[in-house]
Amino acid sequence: MSTVFIALQANEETRPIIDAIEIDNPQAIVNRQPAMVKIDAPGRLVVRRETIEEQLGRSYDLQELQINLITLSGNVDEDEDTLTLSWNE
Amino acid sequence: MPVVSLKEYVGVPRDLVLNFNGKQLVYVSWDNHLLFAAPFLLCLPPETRFGELVDGPLAALVQPDPDAAAIDWTQVEWLKSNEPWTPDFSRSLADNGIGHKDQLRFRTPGLDTLRDAA
Amino acid sequence: MDMKATKKKLGMKERYRILTRDLGWEPGYQSREAVFPYVRYEGIKVHDWDKWEDPFRLTMDAYWKYQAEKERKFYAIIDAHAQNNGHLNLTDARYLSALKIFLQAISPGEYAAHKGFARIGREFPGVGTQVACQMQAIDEIRHAQTQIHAMSNYNRYYDGFHAFADARDRIWYTSVARSFFDDAMAAGPFEFMIAIGFSFEYVLTNLLFVPFMSGAAYNGDMATVTFGFSAQSDEARHMTLGLECIKFMLEQDPDNLPIVQGWIDKWFWRGFRVLGLVSTMMDYMLPKRVMSWREAWEIYGVENGGALFRDLARYGIRPPKGWDDAEKAIDHMSHQIMLGLYQWSFGTCFHSWIPSDDDMAWLAKKYPDTFDKYYRPRWEHIKKLDAAGTPYKNFGLAKLCQCCQLPAVFTEPDDPTLNCHRETVYKGEKYQFCSDGCKDIFENEPEKYIQAWLPMPALFQELNGDIGAWMDWVGLKDGVDNGDYDGSRDQKHFTEWRGQATSNL
Repeated sequence: MSTVFIALQANEETRPIIDAIEIDNPQAIVNRQPAMVKIDAPGRLVVRRETIEEQLGRSYDLQELQINLITLSGNVDEDEDTLTLSWNE
Repeated sequence: MPVVSLKEYVGVPRDLVLNFNGKQLVYVSWDNHLLFAAPFLLCLPPETRFGELVDGPLAALVQPDPDAAAIDWTQVEWLKSNEPWTPDFSRSLADNGIGHKDQLRFRTPGLDTLRDAA
Repeated sequence: MDMKATKKKLGMKERYRILTRDLGWEPGYQSREAVFPYVRYEGIKVHDWDKWEDPFRLTMDAYWKYQAEKERKFYAIIDAHAQNNGHLNLTDARYLSALKIFLQAISPGEYAAHKGFARIGREFPGVGTQVACQMQAIDEIRHAQTQIHAMSNYNRYYDGFHAFADARDRIWYTSVARSFFDDAMAAGPFEFMIAIGFSFEYVLTNLLFVPFMSGAAYNGDMATVTFGFSAQSDEARHMTLGLECIKFMLEQDPDNLPIVQGWIDKWFWRGFRVLGLVSTMMDYMLPKRVMSWREAWEIYGVENGGALFRDLARYGIRPPKGWDDAEKAIDHMSHQIMLGLYQWSFGTCFHSWIPSDDDMAWLAKKYPDTFDKYYRPRWEHIKKLDAAGTPYKNFGLAKLCQCCQLPAVFTEPDDPTLNCHRETVYKGEKYQFCSDGCKDIFENEPEKYIQAWLPMPALFQELNGDIGAWMDWVGLKDGVDNGDYDGSRDQKHFTEWRGQATSNL
């Protein structure tokens, strides 16, 4: 199965986002590198607005991810509530 | 294959020999001697005697290699355009059939100190 | 008590439709063909432009909002970096060679990409594609600007940065990236999208940016880290645009497949050659290394690229033709290029040096099959020459590849002891190449590459081989910008100033 990943800057804004991703993707592996966090998952990774809001303590627009996103891998499917990365195999 | 285009696409080569002020380019490389990272670029008149190319710029350029002093130019094997070739040291580049931008290679079998560590 | 009915916000899909697709129109007094003259000649068939949709569905209002926030954050940090003498936090000023190469070779490429995306944003008829390309055009000019700003503080204190624009146009190692972008900009809009949007921005971008920005983080270069992350968030959109475009092309018509595959083959190889400079920066120029080029290739090339091509297989796409030759080159290329840069360092607007014993121990560990066998012997000999007071300089210059324009330092894929010689004759003229990959690209479109301005032959055409005149022309100050880091002004100053920062005498 191919790995998808999302890489985010490591800062105060992304801490709750990374926590949320871990909660929603139990198979994900979080790699912490200087200034960057790379989250790998087998085949599919889902980022959920609701979970982020719970961690963050305020309402959140998924498009705000644009500010802290570094890179990603996989086909992107986004709507108001979720951003999904996946490979079709 | 032609370049895909709306009108006829014609390129003008930039490195034609007539642009080199009476000289030509020739590339020379010593096989398996990669201390010299890439083939040498020499710019010489086509009337240059082949022996002058070897004794002059080529001998000077290969000096840094530990094998340089041991080269026996009478025994060296040559290639031109990657095919075995025998130069005439007494004749010019032109008379030797060394065209503009040709690649010459020479080999010194058994003499290859820096080729690889055993 | 009044219950205020909450005004319904536009849903994401609806907002996107209103602010992109609904802003388009059918031309009334000119034909579609007259308004979009370049959209058919490449042979790509599109039946329905509305099928193209930006997965991020970014609209202009959101774009400006997020970009403005990134800019505010970026410049605040750049100011702080300058105010706090951030340059003194570098591990070592050798690191700056990586930045000098970046500024001279890559930053102008961002500007070139901007021009390219602005053009294709005009040439493509689909509104969604137009908007995404226009955003990317603005992103790319922003990248050029932020890179220049990020590095400008180093220009105050160190050599080699001052003439980056001239260096880009006139020097030899910079023509590699320059010709890459010139080639793309001289192509049609669909090829440009596959070349830059897909092959470079998707397949290869991580190999450029992630090691670079992590390298900056590891070596105390806050300015570049800040630039890197500010740009990378744009890159994620670029990657997505590239992937969407290739899927769109492949889904629109099966006839597009062979054309797209041909472009993937060409542009993977051209991009791989440009990344040669990055491999050297990673393995040799970062005093504190992140990982080896080989390790980066495993993650971002093999694993990520592999996943991508497995995904695209359903369209009939196969991995690029040069993939196997690329894999064979991974354990060799960084060493081959660094040895070249060192021996021609009289002609570089940055410093090189002989790797230290520690450096070589690391290289041997990361390249167990190749470093000690092939490259250590050369470095040790170079060390001897240096110690004897006859530091190695190769005034024989180099044969440049007609296609990628790198010095032909590469070896046969199956014999690392033999330089790779490839040549062809076209209309009576001989052309030389570093590899099968480059030769194939030439033979496919020879009229394009015969007109290449190759810097080293040009030296003999225009300046009669006068290296002093050449240095003046490219803005390189001899004895200052070039040569060995050991004994350089950069080394002297960095050591002095760091000392001053912690002593009062």
